[in-house]
Amino acid sequence: MSTGAPTSQKTALEFKSTSLTVPVLLLASNDMSLIDQQLKEKVIQAPEFFKNSPLLIDLQKLNAQNLPIDFTEIVAIVRQHGFMPIGLRGGNEKQNGDALAMNLPQHSLHGSNVPLVNKVPAKTLPTPAPEEQKQASQSIENKLVTQPIRSGQRVYAKGDLIVTATVSAGAEIMAEGNIHIYGSLRGRALAGVLGNVNSRIFCSDLQAELISIAGIYQLSDDLSKYPAHKPVQISLDNQTLIIKDI
Amino acid sequence: MARIIVVTSGKGGVGKTTTSAAIAMGLAKRGHKTAVIDFDVGLRNLDLIMGCERRVVYDLVNVINNEATLNQALIRDKRCDQLFILPASQTRDKDALTTEGVGKILEELSKDFKYIVCDSPAGIERGATLAMYFADDAFVVTNPEVSSVRDSDRMLGILSSKSRRAENGEEPIKEYLLLSRYSPDRVKLGEMLSVDDVQEILSLHLLGVIPESKSVLNASNSGTPVILDEQSDAGQAYADIVARYLGETKPHRFIEEEKKGLLSKLFGSK
Repeated sequence: MSTGAPTSQKTALEFKSTSLTVPVLLLASNDMSLIDQQLKEKVIQAPEFFKNSPLLIDLQKLNAQNLPIDFTEIVAIVRQHGFMPIGLRGGNEKQNGDALAMNLPQHSLHGSNVPLVNKVPAKTLPTPAPEEQKQASQSIENKLVTQPIRSGQRVYAKGDLIVTATVSAGAEIMAEGNIHIYGSLRGRALAGVLGNVNSRIFCSDLQAELISIAGIYQLSDDLSKYPAHKPVQISLDNQTLIIKDI
Repeated sequence: MARIIVVTSGKGGVGKTTTSAAIAMGLAKRGHKTAVIDFDVGLRNLDLIMGCERRVVYDLVNVINNEATLNQALIRDKRCDQLFILPASQTRDKDALTTEGVGKILEELSKDFKYIVCDSPAGIERGATLAMYFADDAFVVTNPEVSSVRDSDRMLGILSSKSRRAENGEEPIKEYLLLSRYSPDRVKLGEMLSVDDVQEILSLHLLGVIPESKSVLNASNSGTPVILDEQSDAGQAYADIVARYLGETKPHRFIEEEKKGLLSKLFGSK
């Protein structure tokens, strides 16, 4: 334990705020068996995607209709399906208390209607949730795409995504890590979708509809001042997207 | 085994049916036994373009529902005995098509036809997805304008992910670009996308450019595939396309603005 002057010490930590893209489970029924069954169906559709996924439980709808639900029970069910609950929002006093007893924080309802990509820099969640920090080192699954990604197609990589062809307007590519595009980027590219602020987008020709890192985004209107046909890299610095030549 | 060609675009009105009729006639005229199938159930047009609308008795849906045999439904073209037309049903909708039914018809046709041309309806719904599902080659018909190009791009995405070849992990469908209704002088004025613009967006092998031409409408109205109008620029463009598809090397034409000479003034049609 150091009691000396902090100025002479090297800073060991710092608090920063970040906005993350986290799936929210919006409950509309308090029938546990129904919830259990429908969760199961959803998970079967994309088992890899949901495996160990952080999950925020939203009880706003239920409480608005005065449908009672046992928060402890719902946490047990989502854990059974491989989710990692990271807290609740819109809960009543009893549910908030239950959550706290399980070391799960209570999140504010702030921004609950904002779609995933619309997270604006200023908007952050007040409580930091330690479980959200996914370690990039564990199970990196990079993806390589050599065919053009056409309008309407979506590609998701759990690690880095490397595309050696063009990404058409109307296509959407997402990666939990970095994105590299060795062709024209005309669609949407979202790097660090689970909140990795250190992820970057590299592309040899930036004509994108939208670029986003960890939920911070820019639209093509903002991008038009950057010349096309030039290799650039996009990184996130202090909640702002930085576009630089390579 | 027959080669199954789908003529598709996503967007409507770009010239799919005109192309299907011309390509099928072109292949048949070169001595290959060819069938052309109209998949636009409910909005039957191919029979009009082929000029056989008065001879339609049974259609695609009748064959799928086992109400008629394939031989009863196929109409032999009067101008070329190597060409057969399988019309769509006008009184039904696209839900009448089933994957098994279409698969069975194509399998049966494959036994004694060399080429099967599937004329896809517009859109990306059932009719269009079934028309391309069994294809070996895809002719993507695109007009030089942004919405058509984007729809073609979408269609290419579907071709590479939802076809039988894609689902079975076989060699992917061969995709070709046909740029139709092209007008070099409008490209020069900057009113139309150029061949290079379209190719840059779609990154696709260009099989041919079909110029905007009065002969196309005339041909449609008279029920003659435009390829039979050997004098017309569109007819020649389709003949080139058929030749290139069959492996011949032909330089691309109709991309540059035509010099206004005495001849073009005499013929007048452009």
